[in-house]
Amino acid sequence: MADDIIKLDKVCKVYNPGQPSETEVLHDIDLSLASGEFVALIGPSGSGKSTLLNIIGLLDKPTSGRLMIKGQDTNFLGEAEITRLRGHTIGFVFQYHYLISAFTALENVMMPMLVDRGFPSAEIEKRARDLLIRVGLEKVSGHLAMNMSGGQQQRVAIARALAMQPDLILADEPTGNLDTKSADSVFALMREFNQESGASYLIVTHNMELARRCDRIISVVDGRIDIGRPYA
Amino acid sequence: MKRWLPFEWIAAVKFLYEGRLQTLFIAGGVAIGVAVIVFMSAMLAGLETNFIKRVLTSQPQIQLLPPDQVARPLRNGAGEFEDATIQRPSQRILSIDQWPKIRDHMQSMPDVMVVSPTMTGSALAIRGDASRAISIAGIEPATYFKIVRVQDYIVAGELRLTSEDIIIGTQLAKDLGATVGDKLNIQVASGANRVLTITGIADFGNKGVNQRNTFVVLRTAQSLLGMIGGVTTIDLTVRDIYSAESLARQIQAANPVQADSWIKTNAQFFTAVQAQKNSNTLIRVFVALSVAFGIAAVLVVSVIQRSKDIGILRAMGARRGQILRVFLLQGGLLGFIGSIFGSAMGAGALIYWHAIERQADGTELFPLVLERQLFVLAIVLATATGLVAATAPALRAAGLDPVAAIRG
Repeated sequence: MADDIIKLDKVCKVYNPGQPSETEVLHDIDLSLASGEFVALIGPSGSGKSTLLNIIGLLDKPTSGRLMIKGQDTNFLGEAEITRLRGHTIGFVFQYHYLISAFTALENVMMPMLVDRGFPSAEIEKRARDLLIRVGLEKVSGHLAMNMSGGQQQRVAIARALAMQPDLILADEPTGNLDTKSADSVFALMREFNQESGASYLIVTHNMELARRCDRIISVVDGRIDIGRPYA
Repeated sequence: MKRWLPFEWIAAVKFLYEGRLQTLFIAGGVAIGVAVIVFMSAMLAGLETNFIKRVLTSQPQIQLLPPDQVARPLRNGAGEFEDATIQRPSQRILSIDQWPKIRDHMQSMPDVMVVSPTMTGSALAIRGDASRAISIAGIEPATYFKIVRVQDYIVAGELRLTSEDIIIGTQLAKDLGATVGDKLNIQVASGANRVLTITGIADFGNKGVNQRNTFVVLRTAQSLLGMIGGVTTIDLTVRDIYSAESLARQIQAANPVQADSWIKTNAQFFTAVQAQKNSNTLIRVFVALSVAFGIAAVLVVSVIQRSKDIGILRAMGARRGQILRVFLLQGGLLGFIGSIFGSAMGAGALIYWHAIERQADGTELFPLVLERQLFVLAIVLATATGLVAATAPALRAAGLDPVAAIRG
């Protein structure tokens, strides 16, 4: 499809190739994600979900196969181009929030734009403030991560992931460490942004209830896509 | 967030601020190192200046003497000598041949500042029953006192010399029981004698010198020593004291004189100064090394502590070069901040030491030399050391695999 944001073609990932500890984590993965799709990626622990997410997020490289992002084959890109593509196209939300502890909530949201442009500006600060307002955290914009609750930190992480207006948000168990109420609220927030911005979301989760609220569920079992039997 | 600060500076400052206890300790370590370097360098420079000043204000920087008299063997023909043994002749006191011409030549040299002809010889100072062997220096006061600053050493009387006057040292005055205004009978080996009036008594800081050295005007010395119109030495001061030896060699090659520089006549002192400089350099190198290792150790730990932050920044699109600069800057900043405090501490310690450490006579042990150049150099070197020390940890941070970094 022309408007696929990502397309994986027979992607394999082997750790320690040629060594006694060689492990094939992903086997011939074929997968595509259309623009604006909100997809859950499920599977048991160790099935290869995070590896797949890292490859799609350009944080890791496949051992073989092709990864196309917005129609561009990433196999032919150098490191600088990959870094640039990642910064401009993909936003990350991790399970453990991973806010940079030295920075305030506002500065964390500003960070992707600051990394990209090199210098802070009024425009960057305004966008970061607007995003914090959208996630309902304008009052804690000056707080450091350690002075915020888990739910608040995850909302800041979502705001940060949206800062560069990416086409794709990759979330690795974003609600895994939150209570039910916070998890629902964070999930609802992502869904809301998805519908507003048209960006695609790929969310790794163990929570089947949340997965069922997505447009599509992709199940990974033993390093293979298992469409017929979703993991439960 | 300061708008004019680039991302790397903001991140470096924030990381240092967040680990402020760690930052404080390592900056303190850098400060102590820089303080030691500043204190030692400034004190040794002051001591050296003081030594050199003392040496150079009590003697000429180059002294021109008549060449040694040598006995030439008589020869019958090529390679055939009349006598097998040549005895070294006794050295009579001789005037420098054509000294006015040499003096004029010296005055025309751009590297030479002051030229003063002198006539020196031995005599006996007699007062009543007491007599002491002395060395008479016949001088031209107007030029000689610019070379040897006798005026700085006068403790009684004044710096006045007419043909009937003499300036003596404190020890001779004590030995002869003489004071300013008293007369001394000066007698030389040939039997000639003059009665001179003491106009000044000087303390040169050395008992032997205070006992022997006396000053009269050139004409008085010439008539006493029976060498009317002659001089035994021409004393010089030069623009660059450290080039005195090469200049002396140059003068000796171009004139019929022997030229001795202060470097040659004070070889031991010069060796001591050089040894002091070498040990100072060695101490500086080791202090700088310990500072560098301290900064590197702290940053290595910081890279490990911040691996997740580095991973997140890389996931956000931060380039390896940006991460490298964030950690290099931390090293540079630690060196810079530490050296600012270290310079202040070193200067403070130096001022305190200068105030309490005195010589036996109550004068300062060393002049307080606090040159801006020393502080600028200390700060620049410490910052550069910080940058160099940060290179390995910064390369490690920049080389981290984002996935491994986030996973920790």
